[in-house]
Amino acid sequence: MRKLLIYMKDYKKESVLAPLFKLLEASFELLVPLVMARIIDRGIGNGDKHYVTIMCLLMVSLGIIGLVCSATAQYFAAKAAVGFSTKLRHALFSHIQGLSFTEMDTMGTSTLITRMTSDINQVQNGVNMVLRLFLRSPCIVFGAMIMAFTIDVKAALIFVVTIPLLSVVVFGIMLITIPLYKKTQAALDRVLGITRENLTGVRVIRAFNKEEEEKERFEVSNDTLTAMQKHVGKISGLMNPMTYVIINGALVVLLWTGAIRVDTGYITQGQLIALVNYMSQILVELIKLANLIITITKALACANRVESVLEIQSSMQDADRKSPEKAKTGSPSVEFRHVGLTYKNAGEESLTDIDFKAEKGQTIGIIGGTGSGKSSLVHLIPRFYDVTAGEVRVNGVDVRNYPIHELRQKVGMVLQKATLFKGTIRENLLWGNRGASDEELWRALEISQAKEFVDKKEDGLDTEVVQGGKNLSGGQKQRLTIARALVKNPEILILDDSASALDFATDARLRQAIGNLKDRMTVFIVSQRASSVMYADLILVMEDGRLAGAGSHGELLETCSVYREIYESQFESRQEEA
Amino acid sequence: MDKKKSAQKETLLKVLKYVRHYWPFLILSIAAAAVTVVLTLYVPILTGEAIDYIIDKGKVDFVHVFGTLQKIGIVILLTALAQWIMNVSNNKIAYHTVQDVRNRAFQKIQILPLKYMDDHSYGEVVSRVIADVDQFSDGLLMGFTQLFTGVITILGTLLFMLTRDMGITLVVVLITPLSLFVANFIAKRTFVMFKQQSEARGEQTALVEEMIGGQKVVQAFNYEEEALEHFDEINEKLADCSLKAIFFSSLTNPCTRFVNSLVYAGVGLVGALSVINGGITVGQLSCFLSYANQYTKPFNEISGVVTELQNALACASRIFALIEEEPQTPEPDHAENLEHTDGKVDLEHVYFSYSPEIKLVQDFNLHVQPGQRVAIVGPTGCGKTTIINLLMRFYDVDSGSIRVSSRDIRSITRKSLRGSYGMVLQDTWLRTGTIRDNITMGKPDATEEEIKAAAKASHAHSFIKRLPKGYDTEITEDGGGLSQGQKQLLCITRVMLCLPPMLILDEATSSIDTRTEMHIQEAFAKMMQGRTSFIVAHRLSTIREADVILVMNNGNIVEQGDHRSLLEKNGFYARLYNSQFLSGQDMADNGSGRSAHSQR
Repeated sequence: MRKLLIYMKDYKKESVLAPLFKLLEASFELLVPLVMARIIDRGIGNGDKHYVTIMCLLMVSLGIIGLVCSATAQYFAAKAAVGFSTKLRHALFSHIQGLSFTEMDTMGTSTLITRMTSDINQVQNGVNMVLRLFLRSPCIVFGAMIMAFTIDVKAALIFVVTIPLLSVVVFGIMLITIPLYKKTQAALDRVLGITRENLTGVRVIRAFNKEEEEKERFEVSNDTLTAMQKHVGKISGLMNPMTYVIINGALVVLLWTGAIRVDTGYITQGQLIALVNYMSQILVELIKLANLIITITKALACANRVESVLEIQSSMQDADRKSPEKAKTGSPSVEFRHVGLTYKNAGEESLTDIDFKAEKGQTIGIIGGTGSGKSSLVHLIPRFYDVTAGEVRVNGVDVRNYPIHELRQKVGMVLQKATLFKGTIRENLLWGNRGASDEELWRALEISQAKEFVDKKEDGLDTEVVQGGKNLSGGQKQRLTIARALVKNPEILILDDSASALDFATDARLRQAIGNLKDRMTVFIVSQRASSVMYADLILVMEDGRLAGAGSHGELLETCSVYREIYESQFESRQEEA
Repeated sequence: MDKKKSAQKETLLKVLKYVRHYWPFLILSIAAAAVTVVLTLYVPILTGEAIDYIIDKGKVDFVHVFGTLQKIGIVILLTALAQWIMNVSNNKIAYHTVQDVRNRAFQKIQILPLKYMDDHSYGEVVSRVIADVDQFSDGLLMGFTQLFTGVITILGTLLFMLTRDMGITLVVVLITPLSLFVANFIAKRTFVMFKQQSEARGEQTALVEEMIGGQKVVQAFNYEEEALEHFDEINEKLADCSLKAIFFSSLTNPCTRFVNSLVYAGVGLVGALSVINGGITVGQLSCFLSYANQYTKPFNEISGVVTELQNALACASRIFALIEEEPQTPEPDHAENLEHTDGKVDLEHVYFSYSPEIKLVQDFNLHVQPGQRVAIVGPTGCGKTTIINLLMRFYDVDSGSIRVSSRDIRSITRKSLRGSYGMVLQDTWLRTGTIRDNITMGKPDATEEEIKAAAKASHAHSFIKRLPKGYDTEITEDGGGLSQGQKQLLCITRVMLCLPPMLILDEATSSIDTRTEMHIQEAFAKMMQGRTSFIVAHRLSTIREADVILVMNNGNIVEQGDHRSLLEKNGFYARLYNSQFLSGQDMADNGSGRSAHSQR
């Protein structure tokens, strides 16, 4: 929580003023019973109607002042809470953006999104409530006690006993029930889990005739849940009766003591009534306080979650150097030197001793089964992950010596999952190069074989892409993401299995168009199709994170059994037919 | 509006049907609530009486004070008891009703036609069973008690006040509704602000989802700063809307408190004057003052309670809609068990579609001899799972018939029909429990040796062995710690263990590495020997060896025959084949597209 407080910094004034005005309001509220005591003792005692009227008007003005104070307090509280959460959201968003792939992988995007949204909302709510109520309620409780002391010390002693007793009951029950509620929540989660499971697995459950068994399983956990709920309900159900007994018991004692004190002339009848009123104010505020504490506990939990995200340091340190010394001419475009990669929290290496050179303008094909490390390999080039052994060089310079932005500017990456953003097609393509002209965009679309379908769209480049690109087919999305990377006009283009939704012919045309580019970029094509890589200058065959072979199609067919296996499983049978 | 009212009434009646089982508690609860309210109202009167015996120095009637205090003491204890009884009864009613409703809903889920699950998102159904039920029990029962006690409080105080003093009562009755009015006024004004706030919030969430979800792209294109700018823009807007909404809505409490203080001052004024004029005593004035507080409280809460009640009814109607959903066609009384099927499957003149507007399968005929292999092929999303849906009777045919061993599948029990098929879907589903639990799903009484033999046959044994607790390793919902490939192996093991006479295999080995895949192919081949099998096939070898190939497109069976005859026909199949769609890896690339369709 402490780390989050710095975002309150700009709202110091508000966070002081809000509780202050609340305190003012509370003190005015505390005056009301005293005024009423005056009415009874002096107004009624002397039969002074004028005095009664004045005092009642005073009460109304106290109410008005209270209203103004409290509205002011609410405003400052809202301002501080909203301002705080706005700053916090900004900080968190920008922090998350700075996290590297490693952290993103371990945290998971859905967690991060929850932190950004509902968690921060809870924190905002908590801050707001704290500013409004955290001082007010205790202040009224103790204020009432102090007011009682000003009236009569002996009678006030009853307050001194009652308040702790009430607090013990209210907070004691709360302390007992909070962990129980957590357990109940866990039981509810189990019920939820079984329900979900039965929906997602409905086909399997029915195929194996497990309906009855599942019903029993559900009923058992539902029983557990109900039993727990009833248990907690019983305990928290004690709260009302117990507090009622305590506060009214105190009232009885107060009346009895009061009777004696009035009889001996220490206090008046009106003052006794004031004491009775203070007693009832206390209960209301203590219960408010208890509820407030629940809100705060929740908000604190959320705050801690938010904080834990802020505490994550990106494992990737940006190079301090401005730009690396000019690359030596003739050094290969991309070079892997005995590269090893172990993902965080993974026991085994995902890449082991990868070693190859890709010359400028070459096309490198990478092929292998799922999980063989193809994607991991190309992800190292724009430094999405840091190698754990060896080094990756671009233009002869270790990628870790480039400022990250500069390195990524050189690399056009098309990821496996075609991600487009809400906005027009043009806006999406401009990601590659903010200043690109329409002409350049169309050229990129042409190469990526997307020109035709964009042309057909009524709005052309201005066609809206909905969130997640759901209004486009998988193949269209892939072609647009390729175009986006081409707009960048990168030195190195990486197609990470990104033509999978394209049919064979389009895929071939795409490869040809890329090959025909004037200033040839170094192209990496990751694929599971032998046909996609077979014409590459260099083919890397991956198996279990190792290079099972490297060479041209012809060489590999002779020397690499893995490659032959893949190739034959895809081609041999067709040739037989033909 | 009337329609809405009557619908609400109907829902309420249905709720009462569930609550009815607990009627003794309901009566107890209502009685206890009434007692609580009446006694609570009685305390200020007694207090007032006591105060009237404490007039001034030397003028205290200790005997009467003591007597009154004794009364108060008894009333307090009785009230506490009544409150406790009310709480306990309410808990009992609420939690047990929820339990019953949940059980009913879950039982319903087990007999709903699959169409329902396919048409509704899981999240939606889960939220009905969990969140809606909670909301409705809380809202309805608590709301009901609150409304009930509120009304009694208002009526009670009104009655007590009227018997004491008309003037003061009038003050209270006239001023109090002001708070209701103010609260309503603020609520109406802030409604728009809250709507704006939630719109801004939605916009922001969408952006966050997009940018964080697509962070890899964002970073690859150095787009961080632009994204942050865009984010800040929305963030500012949200801050603006939030501030307004929070501030204005937070005025409700101070305003109603102000109205209360008006009531208080009014009662004080009129009451004090009345005391001076000899109308009431000081004790009664103190009683009035505390009534003024009690009377206003339910008024402050009432608008909230009504909203909550309506909300609860809406939730209840959603859950009842699920419970009352039409179940799958019940089995005929004389439904027989299918025993020892030979594996002969006939489809005759089958017509089927998911929705009447879109015709799918039309006049489909297929005769599968015992032990034959049927390969189902077609491009992504062509509806291959439709066939599985029909064979397993997850869906019923619209017309025509499907027969197994010459018996219409509608005349035999679902249990025995489904028991005759071993099914491995691409959508690997495991349930929470141990690995063993999952493997033995189809054969709960399997011995240790049988389990191990099956796992060895499917090549799952070696990885299971390496898990921390071997076969007793717990897996979380949806297979948590296991890789997709391992999950697939477990699903295959599951079928290996019970080995029913017919098989349905979605030959998706997309998530399994090449080596293991080869082993699995062997295992599949072994499994298929002598068994009628339906295979959603991706591999050429499977397709070519199949006795019958069903070629599907757009949900329809467009061609059928064996490999050679289909090629000779030079139709859709031949085109597919030649465009290399049949290359072993192709389907793997489209995994995501397929799973979306596999729901169909």
